[in-house]
Amino acid sequence: MKRLLATTGALALSALPLSAQNFDDPEEFARQQEQLQAEPEGPEGQPWLQHIGGEMVETADLGIEAPATVCFSNAGVNNPWRVVGFTNMNQELANHDSIGEFIHVDAEGSDDKQIADIDDLLAGGECDVMIVSPNTTAALTPAVERACEAMPVIVFDRGVNTDCPVTFVHPVGGYGFGIQGAEFIAENVEEGSDVLMLRILPGVDVLETRYSAGRRILEEAGMNIVGAEFTDGDNAQTKSIVEDYLQRGNIDAVWMDAGATAVAAIEAFEDSGYDIPVFVGEDQQDFLRKWQDEGMTAIAPTYPTYQWRTAIIAAARVIEGEPLPGPEWVLPQPAITQENLAEYVNPAMPPLHYAMCGCDEMENYPEAWGGN
Amino acid sequence: MSVSGDPAPRRPAFRFERWAPLILLGGAFAIYVVVAFATGQAQYLTFENLIAILGRSIALGITAIGQTFVILVASIDLSVASLISATAVLASVIMDGEPGMILPAVLAALALGGVVGLVNGLVVSGLKVNPLIATLGMSLIIQGCLSAFVSNFAGAVPAEFQVFAYGQLGPFPFALLFLLALAVLAWAVLRFTKFGSDMYAVGGSEEAARFAGIKAGRVLVLSHVICSVCAAIAGLYLASRLRSGAPWIGSDGVYDLESIAVVVIGGTVLAGGRGGIWGTMAGMLIFSLIDSVFNIAGVDSFAKQVLRGVIIVAAVAFYAIRSKRIVA
Amino acid sequence: MTDGTRPRGAERRLRAPRINPVWILLAVLIAAIIYMNTGFVEPTGYMNFLKRAAPLAILAAGQVYVITSGGFDLSVGSLITLVVVGSSMLTNNDPAATLWVIPLMLGLGLVVGFVNGLVVCFLRVPSLIATLGMMITLNGLAFLWSGGAPRGYLPDTYRFFGRELIRDVPLVGFIPVSVIVMAVVIGAYGWLMHRANLGRQVHAIGDNPVAAHLAGVPVARVRITAFVLSGLSGAVAGILLGGFAGVSTDVGAGYELQAITAAVLGGAQLLGGRGSVPAAFGGALALTAIFTLLNFLGLPQPVRQVVQGLILIAAVALAMHRRRQTGT
Repeated sequence: MKRLLATTGALALSALPLSAQNFDDPEEFARQQEQLQAEPEGPEGQPWLQHIGGEMVETADLGIEAPATVCFSNAGVNNPWRVVGFTNMNQELANHDSIGEFIHVDAEGSDDKQIADIDDLLAGGECDVMIVSPNTTAALTPAVERACEAMPVIVFDRGVNTDCPVTFVHPVGGYGFGIQGAEFIAENVEEGSDVLMLRILPGVDVLETRYSAGRRILEEAGMNIVGAEFTDGDNAQTKSIVEDYLQRGNIDAVWMDAGATAVAAIEAFEDSGYDIPVFVGEDQQDFLRKWQDEGMTAIAPTYPTYQWRTAIIAAARVIEGEPLPGPEWVLPQPAITQENLAEYVNPAMPPLHYAMCGCDEMENYPEAWGGN
Repeated sequence: MSVSGDPAPRRPAFRFERWAPLILLGGAFAIYVVVAFATGQAQYLTFENLIAILGRSIALGITAIGQTFVILVASIDLSVASLISATAVLASVIMDGEPGMILPAVLAALALGGVVGLVNGLVVSGLKVNPLIATLGMSLIIQGCLSAFVSNFAGAVPAEFQVFAYGQLGPFPFALLFLLALAVLAWAVLRFTKFGSDMYAVGGSEEAARFAGIKAGRVLVLSHVICSVCAAIAGLYLASRLRSGAPWIGSDGVYDLESIAVVVIGGTVLAGGRGGIWGTMAGMLIFSLIDSVFNIAGVDSFAKQVLRGVIIVAAVAFYAIRSKRIVA
Repeated sequence: MTDGTRPRGAERRLRAPRINPVWILLAVLIAAIIYMNTGFVEPTGYMNFLKRAAPLAILAAGQVYVITSGGFDLSVGSLITLVVVGSSMLTNNDPAATLWVIPLMLGLGLVVGFVNGLVVCFLRVPSLIATLGMMITLNGLAFLWSGGAPRGYLPDTYRFFGRELIRDVPLVGFIPVSVIVMAVVIGAYGWLMHRANLGRQVHAIGDNPVAAHLAGVPVARVRITAFVLSGLSGAVAGILLGGFAGVSTDVGAGYELQAITAAVLGGAQLLGGRGSVPAAFGGALALTAIFTLLNFLGLPQPVRQVVQGLILIAAVALAMHRRRQTGT
């Protein structure tokens, strides 16, 4: 037992990533920084139809007849972000007569199951177009390649390591998210201030890039990063971690890689009797409301759920033979700031609703999203 | 996990238990057919589709074969999910895209499985730690060590090794044939070897087995080794299927609890001593069929969970309700 | 796996003849925490600690009933999630709704425990599987009810129990309401276990259900009561966690295993016959102290998992070793 302890200890302490992917890619960082500033093309006020740069692909030669069956292999609806997105998607369907049937299979967060799901859809032979929201990039690549051989494929949210899909719909990306929050902190506190970084999990590509970009900017601005902690996305743990930090020292700003637990972190300051510092959250209603009620200094970068609408729009264009942005469809990724906060706060919406859904003009809003 | 004072299993109950997995499987298949017709999707009844269903849960099936061994000796293994992740990562890192490294990688993964099983078995039989706690602890240790090294997909599997998951022999996927071969092997071990009959004896009553001169500790350790090696094979299969290994693939697939559920749905008793491989295979097919029925019928993923929970309990109740034993 | 050589005298155990090692472990951990962070001796330090431990301590007190009676309850984690999600749906920021929502949620815990007990006693499904099925079902129900994300805010009146402090208390300055709730629950559960007839009966059926049955213990009723007490503790823990941290979708995840771990650290014997509420309370505090300490040490998550796994195995191995040495 002792030897086991010693070995595991040694293993753990020498924790060197064996073959780390590059989540701190200066080129990609610069590209996303530029995209945040770029003027998107497309109809104003409808960001889900806009795109930043890139080319168009023709789809007239794909030869699909309307109404067609669209199949959707979903990684899961296991968090509120995906729930809002999936509602957007279902509501968007009503706008497209060219989509006859919509078949949805849910992999419940498992790569293995999603591969089986895609194979099932292919074997079923009913699909004309397939939409895939991959659970992870690398694992789903072969399955998507097989799907590409049989029909046009549209990928969104996470990508795949192949360019066979007609288009890959996604917002600017993780670096962009990290940049927006960290730049706000750099502008609103003095150099050398104490910043706490809260993260959900290690290893998730979209979250790692947010962190590396945030850290880069905070360090460049000369901030003192007092810690970077994993919260598991758990409210109670987040609150405990922040309480512990407050017991030991000062915090001038909190940067978060995702806003789901932002309100719990704010409450840790309130309950311990401290002023709320500068905060980076996300576009969830509970955070926006708290921000407005308490008059905080805050920003909410977003990873917009309207991309789920765009995936359906892309499928409809494929069926109708219309050109669409591709092979990458980069959507704008706006942040909610003090100036436009009031537009997004809506007390009628549930606390975990993501405000940047581009859904408030849709027919069944707000009931379909759980609002009253 | 038995309670002292069990009446010996009686003949008629034994007969019923023998056929029950088939009855359940038949029921699941009937539901599948009915749902396919009722929703007007008879194309799901083709041979190709049935093969696809069989191939849905290969990793679960391999893991469950191993889990059957430990449950038969009244133990249990909660560490299989982390071990699957660990072996998948290990194999994919060693291979790193090199076809020449396939053999070393496979051997290393199997060796890791063997060592983990050995430690599990020794802790359970030697230190007398309850298997639930021993393997839960082991699971935390493996997961911890693994996440210290890797936090994402690591390494790569060469195309040659992807044949394991994607190759076909005629209409049959290799992996499916492999699973079948593994099941036959496991059945033969249980049916024809002394070790097999010793396992049933130890699972039935460890004390009685010891009095009968069986080295109960050794049987227990060997069962754990077999279980962990099976998990390692499942890890290799997943690495081949996903083209790489990541530290979350085991826990995301919930292979620990699902493999236990598959085994008990297949009629192997948690208290040990009764059950077998074909029941487990039936259990795996039932799981695959349920999944496919949910997909065809377009069941909402949350309702799916509710139904799955109820089905697991109902299936086990189907066997257990007839027994006169007091369970806990 | 109960060994028949152990003396049956439940009364002897109730007197708690020697100091339970969990208290020594706890003392060492607390000393280490104070060494790391002297702020811990301030009321803010230790009261925050107790507040954080409260939900787990309450769960462990309930779990120890089920474990002592010979079973497991894996459903409490999902029950917590369902309670928090359900409360948010029902109260929807209406302060007056708290009055009826809290009793309703306690009732929900009661019903869940009752159903668990019925399934184990009358469908004869082993509790591991019965409560595993319940865990999956409740999780699905929570999602199904809310459509995937909680729909309402929890009003301050509801959050009073988990979040508020009672100020101006002499000596300590302030006491979190959750600490008072914890004291009440631990007191009540401890009294029932160690001063009332129920405790003797729970020990008796865990020790040997057949003998207990022959001795006139209403086995089914006692077993169901144990599950009901565990379900109730899950509901209370859910109300505290919802109060402490607000709404989220996976509040309860992992709490079932932590509760079992806490009970086991407190010397409860899996598969029944031995268990103490105060010691389980000590186990919960020790587990929380381990987490706090590892936090202070700034160790990365993987190391925490490894340490947790090692402590778990070591604690049980040590307990088994002592038990064999002392011959009890």
